Amino acid sequence: MSSSVVVNNLTFKMGGEAGQGVESSGAGFSKALARAGLHVYGLQDYMSRIRGGHNFFQIRASDRNVQATESAVHLLLPLDTLTVEEHLQEVVPGGAVIMDTPLKIDDARLLDRGVSPVRVPLTEIAQREGGNKLMMNTASVAVAAGMTDMPFEFIEQIIRENFGGRKGQMIADANIAVARAAYDEGAREFGPDFGWKIKPLQAKPRMLIHGNQAIAFGAAAAGCRWISMYPMTPATSITEWLAAHHKKLGIVTKECEDEISAILMAIGAAHTGVRAMTATSGGGFSLMVEAVGLAGMTETPLVIVDAQRAGPSTGLPTRHEQSDLQFALHCSQGEFPRIVLTPGTIEECFNAGWRAFNLAEKYQCPVFILTDMNQSTAIRAIDPDAFDLGSVQIERGELLTDEELDALTEPYLRHKVTSSGISPRAVPGHPNAIILTTSDEHYENGQAVEEAPARIAQMEKRMRKLQLAASDIRPPLPEGPEDADLTLVGWGSTYGPIHEARQLLEADGIRVNHVHYHEVWPFPTAATEALLGGARRVVDIENNYTGQLALVIRMMTGINIPNKILKYDGRPFTGDEIVRKVQEGVLARV
Amino acid sequence: MIAEKPRTVKEYKTPVHINWCPGCGDFGILVAVQEALAELQLPPHRVAVFSGIGCSGKTPHYINAYGFHTLHGRVLPNAAGAKLANRDLTVVAVGGDGDGYGIGAGYFVNAGRRNIDFTYLVFNNGVYGLTKGQAAPTLARGLRTKSMPEPAIQDSLNPIALAIGSGYTFVARGYALDRKGLPKLIAQAVHHPGSAFIDVLQTCPTYNDLMTKEWLEATVEEHPRMYQLSDEGYDGVVADPSSMDEIVAKKAQAMTKSYEWGDHVPLGVFYQARLRTYEEELEERMPQFAETPLVHWDVAHRDVGELLEALR
Repeated sequence: MSSSVVVNNLTFKMGGEAGQGVESSGAGFSKALARAGLHVYGLQDYMSRIRGGHNFFQIRASDRNVQATESAVHLLLPLDTLTVEEHLQEVVPGGAVIMDTPLKIDDARLLDRGVSPVRVPLTEIAQREGGNKLMMNTASVAVAAGMTDMPFEFIEQIIRENFGGRKGQMIADANIAVARAAYDEGAREFGPDFGWKIKPLQAKPRMLIHGNQAIAFGAAAAGCRWISMYPMTPATSITEWLAAHHKKLGIVTKECEDEISAILMAIGAAHTGVRAMTATSGGGFSLMVEAVGLAGMTETPLVIVDAQRAGPSTGLPTRHEQSDLQFALHCSQGEFPRIVLTPGTIEECFNAGWRAFNLAEKYQCPVFILTDMNQSTAIRAIDPDAFDLGSVQIERGELLTDEELDALTEPYLRHKVTSSGISPRAVPGHPNAIILTTSDEHYENGQAVEEAPARIAQMEKRMRKLQLAASDIRPPLPEGPEDADLTLVGWGSTYGPIHEARQLLEADGIRVNHVHYHEVWPFPTAATEALLGGARRVVDIENNYTGQLALVIRMMTGINIPNKILKYDGRPFTGDEIVRKVQEGVLARV
Repeated sequence: MIAEKPRTVKEYKTPVHINWCPGCGDFGILVAVQEALAELQLPPHRVAVFSGIGCSGKTPHYINAYGFHTLHGRVLPNAAGAKLANRDLTVVAVGGDGDGYGIGAGYFVNAGRRNIDFTYLVFNNGVYGLTKGQAAPTLARGLRTKSMPEPAIQDSLNPIALAIGSGYTFVARGYALDRKGLPKLIAQAVHHPGSAFIDVLQTCPTYNDLMTKEWLEATVEEHPRMYQLSDEGYDGVVADPSSMDEIVAKKAQAMTKSYEWGDHVPLGVFYQARLRTYEEELEERMPQFAETPLVHWDVAHRDVGELLEALR
């Protein structure tokens, strides 16, 4: 059927009801592909329910370091009819749909589109070889592996590991028998006509990881000792990972009665001297806002992760958006310093995870890590050395040591007015530094104040910290030629799709560059002016309605970006989607 | 061991001007806390006082110890985080009745479930003093203080019953102007391992013209209105904490007693049990937690390479 063969560049999509094993099969298959040395980008899409509905897992395997999904699907693995109804239009001509023989779908519909129906008795094989028809998801994945010539050993290895231990031995054997039979049939009957293949690459086996794990790794590396939280999608997996390893890492993980309690406990722990964080999504973050101001006023170092999802209110609880940027910049009454990190890759999530603690302690203020649904759940295969563990440094800022406190000759002033705005910090435990602090405006010694001069001194002292913090903020990352005709601007998890869009546009002969903001506040004003001030045509690309970063850029530099590609349907961008919108939009208007 | 000079009440005082109203019951509670700390001989740098917002929120400013004046209703989670971060600290949280039973009711209940080793004192005067005398959750239906246009048309809650239901393992009532009894009661609460709660009846001479010093200290039918539970042979202490039957019986007894009000107002310990604290539970999960307070663990760069390898 296919004249040419594409090696190591294809997208699988498995779909079914919640509870059918879509997630576990997708994760297992992703792992097998990563073991085979491929780059993998896996996107989960699920509904806010425990059983039923429609979930899918989209896996892109490539010999390039892909960091986004693509619109095209080459091999669809539906476990139910709904998956075919929903996603058949995404399957490219020459692609195939692996279906259980009795699945009620008219094959003619596929053939009309140039898509091959791959009919395999998945349930029958599962029952016959494994004694359990639930193993049909294993059969489906194995057919895909067979059709793409992926060596069976990778599938077998992952099944063995997933059902490890003595008890799992029999289940593993049964699944392997199912997989073997399905694999052979897929390879024999359908492999020769299928034009996309997997060839193992000589690469060190990669790790599969999602953004939340990367943040947790960063926090763990930074010596975080405390996380208090209230469960909320999609932030919960940060705590799940830390809780799973809490003994080894020495981290107290505390589930609280609500997000207010979670942030207050973290403030209590941080004030007392441990590195502390909390993690939530927009709704929980809204509850935390009052306490964000408390951390600002009492100069408590605190790390807060907001894994954004589509709002307002409950919104689309399992779907994607980046619409809390302006909220994070302005939340809580009054004015106080804050730092906002907006990582956009797995590597940046790791860096933000450890840097946030240093920034919080150096500037004694709340630090936000804004991530989002897409980045929290999408898995990517990273190289073993992707995280620069050696670069992790512990900087606790002006934290007084016991020796320094022993030598104190004057009464300790927690909120001492200094030229940098940073007051040397002591934590409870030393007789020379009895600390008082309050959410009220205060004197240097923490006693509440109403008089204007002391108020002015403290206000200016606190705000002064931002000047120094600004020099610690990493500027936006430019990629592509400096004198480009077209500049794409984004922040956070749009990095992946914009990065791919730039490559695709470049291949079309367009001189295009990409300015990616991964640390947004204090705003890198000078760097922005340098990168965007003279740019010919700029397009702002964000997953929100109002173009929140563009508003910040305009507020801080006066640079207006009228061209925007904004998406707020709860789904992340793909690279090809951005290319299409750029071509229909800004490029069409030349 | 070198004998140190015993600590006196003076050591816990600060030179800061106290701006409560003249005759406020808070003065009595402040002195009682300072006397309790002196009685327990706790060094000021090992004591941390947390407060909510309101007149009572000013308390840490007047005590020579660590002080953290937090947010309205949120004092307990803040204090809990601090205590778990540094177990060497003696943590005392204070707040008003509006703070603890109104806006902070959820935290009051959930703190009881954890049984973290700290003490919570509620300054209960039945009104929101600092905002000029609105009805607090402890003002009973039908009552009307002088700043209210109409009497209250909803019930008050029962702090003692709520505390017992929530799981506090030391539940008591004190009286702000009980010069002899209150310091002892507070010392007992601080000494108790686990979450200790004292509802302290506090007079507000400015806004509460009902629960006044005169009313509380009056004699009713030849008996003082307020009396000590221990004087009538009441025993709220669980002798055998392994006996669920005894715990339930003592809780039921305390619940019943907590509804006594009006002509007879009992003071003292309604219920006490030595049950496992949250810290003891954590020790079991993380043995290193027992050895050194969290804050003293080395914040060196952790090697996460091994855990990363596990993701292959």
